[in-house]
Amino acid sequence: MMSEISLGILDLAENSLRAGASLIEISVGVSSYEGTLNVSVRDNGCGMTAEQLEKAVDPFFTTKETEGSGLGLPFLKYSAECTGGTFRIESVKGEGTCVKAVFGLFHINRMPLGDIGATVRAVMVLCADVVFSFSADGRGFVMDTRAIRKILGDVPLESAPVMEYIKEYLEENIQETSGEIKL
Amino acid sequence: MKSIEELNAIRDKMKDQVGLRSENPDCTKVVVAMGTCGINAGAREVLNTFAEEIAAKKVKDVMVSQSGCIGMCKYEPVVEVYGPGNEKVTYVEMTADKAKEVVEKHIINGQIVNDYVLK
Ligand SMILES: Nc1ncnc2c1ncn2[C@@H]1O[C@H](COP(=O)(O)OP(=O)(O)OP(=O)(O)O)[C@@H](O)[C@H]1O
Ligand SMILES: [Mg+2]
Repeated sequence: MMSEISLGILDLAENSLRAGASLIEISVGVSSYEGTLNVSVRDNGCGMTAEQLEKAVDPFFTTKETEGSGLGLPFLKYSAECTGGTFRIESVKGEGTCVKAVFGLFHINRMPLGDIGATVRAVMVLCADVVFSFSADGRGFVMDTRAIRKILGDVPLESAPVMEYIKEYLEENIQETSGEIKL
Repeated sequence: MKSIEELNAIRDKMKDQVGLRSENPDCTKVVVAMGTCGINAGAREVLNTFAEEIAAKKVKDVMVSQSGCIGMCKYEPVVEVYGPGNEKVTYVEMTADKAKEVVEKHIINGQIVNDYVLK
């Protein structure tokens, strides 16, 4: 089964891509004071009707034509709730979807955050634009591929020196933001 | 903390070698299955390795994308490679190392890596 919260975030982003999203906003916020780890994934994809939304967290509900299991959302809901946290989906048909999960930071059942940098890089390969915000106890940073493209001009985001720099940038800033907190 | 502004220098160094990305419709497509099953089996690392290797080797006309679960859960991570004529090769139980080999042998040199193809 899923072993990292970051893999759950990738699973949410994959739903967004299948919904036709061109912009995915991933946010991870940690508060040791509140004892929470907040995750949200927002997209500008096709959204869901109220009826679809209600069914979306049903195990085995899927709109996929192929054999998708439909276990992505229910599993993430369970893994947040079993840490004393919460799980919510807001969706507007034709506008987009936002999934928010809160995990109990210090709860024994909480999965580790895992390699969030690798998840963000994977989503950058797959989605036109990505915004990643990461904060912990007042520290933090935001990476926005739209701002990066503006700097790069004609140089593609997917060229090796750019990708290498972004990998280092994410790793260093994630580590500095996390500080001493065990994620 | 590192700043994204450092990309200014990288851009200046690369300005004269642009045009790596292609919208060529008959390019090679690498499709990584990224349903819940694929992600749990290691699809993230496989996808990132494909993207990094294709960039590092400066291979043109290759698009990396994802699909949901394609019903081959026990063979995950699964990667489908569509050639310029749209012929499909399905690689199963992929790893980062196997992905590097597929880029080198199949995508660059046109030789299918039969050891990793679904039998
Ligand atoms: N961001 C989204 N935008 C629009 N629809 C969504 C979104 N996320 C989920 N859905 C809908 O909810 C359904 C259930 O999602 P879930 O992730 O649980 O399963 P799945 O993606 O169908 O299969 P699996 O994740 O197991 O491969 C999806 O098939 C889709 O119809
Ligand atoms: Mg899913």
